[in-house]
Parts: sequence; structure tokens; C-alpha cells
Amino acid sequence: MKLFFHIGRYFMLMFRVFKRPQNYRVYLRQIIFEIDSIGITSLPIVAIISVFMGGIITIQAAYAVDSPLVPLYTVGFTTRESMILEFSSTILCLILAGKVGSNIASEIGAMRISEQIDALEIMGINSASYLIFPKIAGAIIIFPCLVILSMFLGLVGGFIMGVSSGACTAYEYVFGIQAFFMPWKVGFSIAKCITFAFLITSVSSYYGYYTSGGALEVGRSSTNAVVYSSILILLFSLIYTNLFIGH
Amino acid sequence: MIAIKNINKSFGERQVVKNVSFEFTQGKTNLIIGESGCGKTTILKMMVGLHEVDSGEILYDGQNFPALNSDGKQEIRKKIGMLFQGGALFDSQTLEENVRFPLDMFTDWSFEKKMERVEFCLQRVKLEGKNKLYPAELSGGMKKRAALARAIANNPNYLFCDEPNSGLDPKTSIVIDDLIKDITYEFNITTIIVTHDMNSVIEIGDNIMFVHKGENRWTGDKNQVLKSDNKELTDFVFASEFMKTVFLDRHKK
Repeated sequence: MKLFFHIGRYFMLMFRVFKRPQNYRVYLRQIIFEIDSIGITSLPIVAIISVFMGGIITIQAAYAVDSPLVPLYTVGFTTRESMILEFSSTILCLILAGKVGSNIASEIGAMRISEQIDALEIMGINSASYLIFPKIAGAIIIFPCLVILSMFLGLVGGFIMGVSSGACTAYEYVFGIQAFFMPWKVGFSIAKCITFAFLITSVSSYYGYYTSGGALEVGRSSTNAVVYSSILILLFSLIYTNLFIGH
Repeated sequence: MIAIKNINKSFGERQVVKNVSFEFTQGKTNLIIGESGCGKTTILKMMVGLHEVDSGEILYDGQNFPALNSDGKQEIRKKIGMLFQGGALFDSQTLEENVRFPLDMFTDWSFEKKMERVEFCLQRVKLEGKNKLYPAELSGGMKKRAALARAIANNPNYLFCDEPNSGLDPKTSIVIDDLIKDITYEFNITTIIVTHDMNSVIEIGDNIMFVHKGENRWTGDKNQVLKSDNKELTDFVFASEFMKTVFLDRHKK
């Protein structure tokens, strides 16, 4: 029964979030701020993880296809497919759920317990919309950029590791990452990450917004935000994969 | 004018507000007093819509606030300024941005005009020159004054103050009380203050409601409060012999 309570309250909150903004100029300023806060500050972690994951996938692919019957360009091909289809969208968003999700939940939760949200409400401001909408919009704009960057850096990481370790030659790797390329898979990955951007920001905001109590509850909200965002990301990744590439 | 009529509120099985009625006077400082946990903050929060009422009416110029839809409530809230116990300033904004915030949201004034108003409000609460400070850099008293500046920025008709003196030394408490009183008279605001600070009661209590165990047990003004023979009120007012001596001496003068 508690699950239905949370689902109902979540949708009621979203109904308030997507009401007409009270001041477009202020909202636009907030969206730009959130793009910086959510996206630009995540660039270093996205870059580091993507380069390393690209390298790791390349080495593991080289180890798995260690057979004279399998052409070596398969290493590049596997790295590309793994990065585009799963890592740069799903795994990266799981990592961002930890960083961005906990940040959002604790920020809004702290505002709740220090009566800042009450102050917004008493001023006649739709606090749900003012606080949450810019975060959702900002994430939906910046996440696809992070995912595309991650794909690129993952392939670069794979190239560096593949060539430097002697797992394949530069020509074979580059041939592999171009072989049988289907552009719709990039679109599929971006569609997934837009869904995940919405889930991470809205679920984390939900847990932050309904925090009550003190510092302990803010911490709990932050943990719940990460846990439930991650579960939903995996669930929706499964649904997307089944819908678009399942048999 | 604001009036509450027969309002009730329960949290689970516990009824914290019982059939409370009162009329708040325009342009005066209206105090809701009582010991901790008597339900006075709950009454205040119901009046601004932070708690739902179980039954009863809260009338703003004849409009029953709890019965309004969310748009109607928002329209009334635009006429309300509130000073929270902890200030509730926005941590990520400077003092200047905090005071400008309601103007950014609800006016189409030019930046210069908004800044003029911000300067006026900060000057009014004696915080001129502190524009660029963040809430974390302010003392308790300064936070209250900054919150007061934000509360009056949009020219409110009603000012609500939740324990404006809590956590402040006696001298700063008097400064805050004087500011609230002056602002109330200067701008003809209906001010509602929740407090258990007896100095505030004696200094600025134009119209007082004494709440005991969730009920309105006494109403009057600062001149009547010391003469009252209501036992619950006198137990509250003269909680110690020291206070009794101080207040009665002051009253004789």
C-alpha cells in the first residue's frame, strides 16, 4: 500500500511541477544555473570514467576474442557497441544518479527542514515548480551532451589501451569502431539517457521535497533518492532494450 | 482584516487547537501568546496555509482562505510577508538577492527600481552595506532583520512572525520588537506575532490572544495583561517571582 501512496504523491508533485511557470525569465536563469550545477560540474567524473571504461572493455574484448578465427577488428566493434548501447547511457546515468541524485535530494531536503520551502510557499510561489522544474529541464538538456562525450572518450580510451597494450593495431581498432555502424543506436542511447535524466531529477526531488525531521532524515532522503533512481534506471533500461533490440 | 472562527486541528488522536476564534486588528501588532506546545504556532501555520484546518474559517477580508483553490490561496499569499523562527533565508543567495527575490518573481520593475527597493528595505532594518553577504555570514539577529527586510519587500498587507525573539539576546530582541512595531505602524500592516517572550508582550502587545492547551483562554491588550485575574494567564506571565517584581514595578511606573 505504501508503494501506491508514493506513486500517487509522486504524480501529484509532478502535476504541480509542470504547471505554468510564474516568471519565465527567473526560470530560464535557474535552468542555466542547473545545467552548470548538474552537467558541467559532472564533466571530470564523466571523462575519467569513460576513458577508463573504454580501455577496460577493449582489454576484456581482446582477451575474450583471443582466437585466430575471430578477426581483431572485433575488439573495436565490441568496445563501440558496449559504449553506445549500455555504458554511456545506462552505467553513466547510474553513476550520475549517485552524484546528481544525492545532491538534489539533500539540497531540497535541507531547504525543507530549514523552512525555506515554506517561505517560498508563503510568498505565493509554486515551490515545487520553482525548485524542481529547472533541475529536470537542465538535466534533460545536458545529459545527452554528457552521454555523447562519454561515447567519444570511451572510444578514445579503448584506442589508447588497445594499441598501447598490443591487443590490436590502430588500423584494426579504427576499422572495428566503424564496422556495421547503425546510427539509430546512438539515438536509442540518447532517448534512454533523456528518460534517465528525468527519472534521476524527479525521483531525487520527490524524496528531497517530502523530507521531514532533521539532518538524519535529509541523509535518509538522499540515500532513498539514489537507491530508487538506480532501480528505476535499470528497470527502464530493460524495458527500452526489450522494446528496441529484444527479439 | 483577518479573523479566525472556530478553528480546530488534530494531529492523529491529539487535538492541538480547539475551537479558537479571534479577530486581528488592522495596523496593529496582534500577539498570540502561550507556553511552548500550546498550539500557537499551529494556529499561525493554519492561517498561512502551511497546515490544513480540520474545521472552522480563516477570513482574509471576508474570503475564507482554507476554502480557496490553490490559485486563490496564492493570490492572498502574495499579500503576506512572514518572518520565520530561523529566518529561512535562501542559503545560495546573498542578502541583496534574498530581499530582491519576491520582486523578481512578482514585479516587472526595472533592475534599478528593484535595487532601490532593496536598499530601502535593508536600510529600514539597519542592514545597509551588507548586500553581498550570504546568510551563513550573518549573526542570529542579522538573519532575523534580513528576513524582515525580505518579508516587507513586496509591500505586504499582513506580516506573520513566528517567535521573532527566539535565540536572541535581550538587547537584540528589543531591536527586533521595535522594528516590527515601527514597520507595522508605518505601513499600516496587520501584524500577527507568535511569542512567549514577556518583554514583547508588554512592549508591543496591542491586541493579545492567550492560548492554553489549544484554547483561546483570554484576550486583551498589554495594559490589561498585568491586571488580569485569569489564573492560567498570570501563571504564564509571572512564571517566576523575579518576573513578577520586574513587570509589576514597570507597570507602576
